[in-house]
Amino acid sequence: MRRVMITLAFGAAALSAAAGAQAHAFLDHASPAVGGSVPTAPAVVTLWFTQDLEPVFSNVTVTNEAGQRVDLGNTRIPPGSPAELQIGLKPLPPGTYLVSWHVVSVDTHPTEGTFTFEVGEG
Amino acid sequence: MLSVPYNGHRARLALAAVLMIAQIDDALAHGFAGERFFPATILTDDPFVADEIALPQVSLQPPAPDASQLTNIEIDLSKRITPNTGIVIGDEWQRLRAPNVPSVGGLGALRTMGQYQLFIDGPHQALGLLGLGVTWGHTGRAAVGAPNFTTLSPTFDFGKGFGDIPRSLTWLRPFAITGNLGFDFPTQATSAGVPNPNNFSYGFAIEYSFPYIECCVKDIGLRAPFSQLFPLVEVAFSTPISRAPASQTTGTIQPGIIWAGPYFQIGAEAIIPANRQTGHGYGGVVQLHFYLDDIFPRSIGRPISEWW
Repeated sequence: MRRVMITLAFGAAALSAAAGAQAHAFLDHASPAVGGSVPTAPAVVTLWFTQDLEPVFSNVTVTNEAGQRVDLGNTRIPPGSPAELQIGLKPLPPGTYLVSWHVVSVDTHPTEGTFTFEVGEG
Repeated sequence: MLSVPYNGHRARLALAAVLMIAQIDDALAHGFAGERFFPATILTDDPFVADEIALPQVSLQPPAPDASQLTNIEIDLSKRITPNTGIVIGDEWQRLRAPNVPSVGGLGALRTMGQYQLFIDGPHQALGLLGLGVTWGHTGRAAVGAPNFTTLSPTFDFGKGFGDIPRSLTWLRPFAITGNLGFDFPTQATSAGVPNPNNFSYGFAIEYSFPYIECCVKDIGLRAPFSQLFPLVEVAFSTPISRAPASQTTGTIQPGIIWAGPYFQIGAEAIIPANRQTGHGYGGVVQLHFYLDDIFPRSIGRPISEWW
């Protein structure tokens, strides 16, 4: 049994060592926060991911409760922050807004997600 | 999408984009349905084709009714052939200990499964997979229980995340369930005078996704490694449907937890017999599981059909 365990341990270690620098990109945190409330309307939504993103294939939209776009359509990855995604917002009245993102990490794996945030005292 | 400024390198950018599109993994390997990530579960077969390897899975089974106890060291390799088809190959080294008898060790039976991804419904976080498993006779040591006959096992595996229920049900949305429905058809009715029953196998895993809380429900301040946990309970049963009474149903209940990182996951579960036919006492299982599609995203982690 010891020989079997040693062989398996070597196999596992080799796989660990082979791990490259990238994987699926998951949302780490966001501003406004996922499911959070902000007293005043933000000018920008910013998402931070666990991996670097492919800018051409990464996108975010923000819609209001009626399903209308309230973002400026200017998704961008700030220079020097390849794991960060931003989009500008129109002036937002109090309400609940849906953020929808779809990104591709630099190793070509796509991921997506949605969350809401509230503007106003909520 | 981002606007790309016009310049003399536009053609090169377009070519790079085309190559990138060709490489984007549209099959969403290792358990995605929309924004839901399903980790690989230990007891319940996963409802998705994948490029993954469990290396190793070590379990100490609860003592059987005859007081014998089995230790398993198992390897399972899942490999996509095309984006929607895959195979699983698995085997285990086993040691059987019984009272008043010297312990014996050896390989268990070789197991293979062909898989077809029936559907992936992203908006409803749902997955369905058809599989045909084969447990091959004469491929393991009989002394540790390896059969001298082959068994065919057609299965339907499913997964469903609850993220699509109303957002007002905040704390229910991180739940997800995966499950298996299948049959086992031995190709030999008896072995040494003992009947080999046809079985109905069924089970499920209920998991609560901390990553889903953080990405899509509410940021409650969890950060790694706690934001990568999946507490879960798995249940599996096997009931004879012929050649043996249904009262010989066996099953286990396995509460535990999975931690899923970028390249691998670690899982640990207790094994509790569901009835006296299964055994008594407790056992346990731990598993180290690698995501080959993340470790080797441009080579062996892709479907074989995309290697050329």
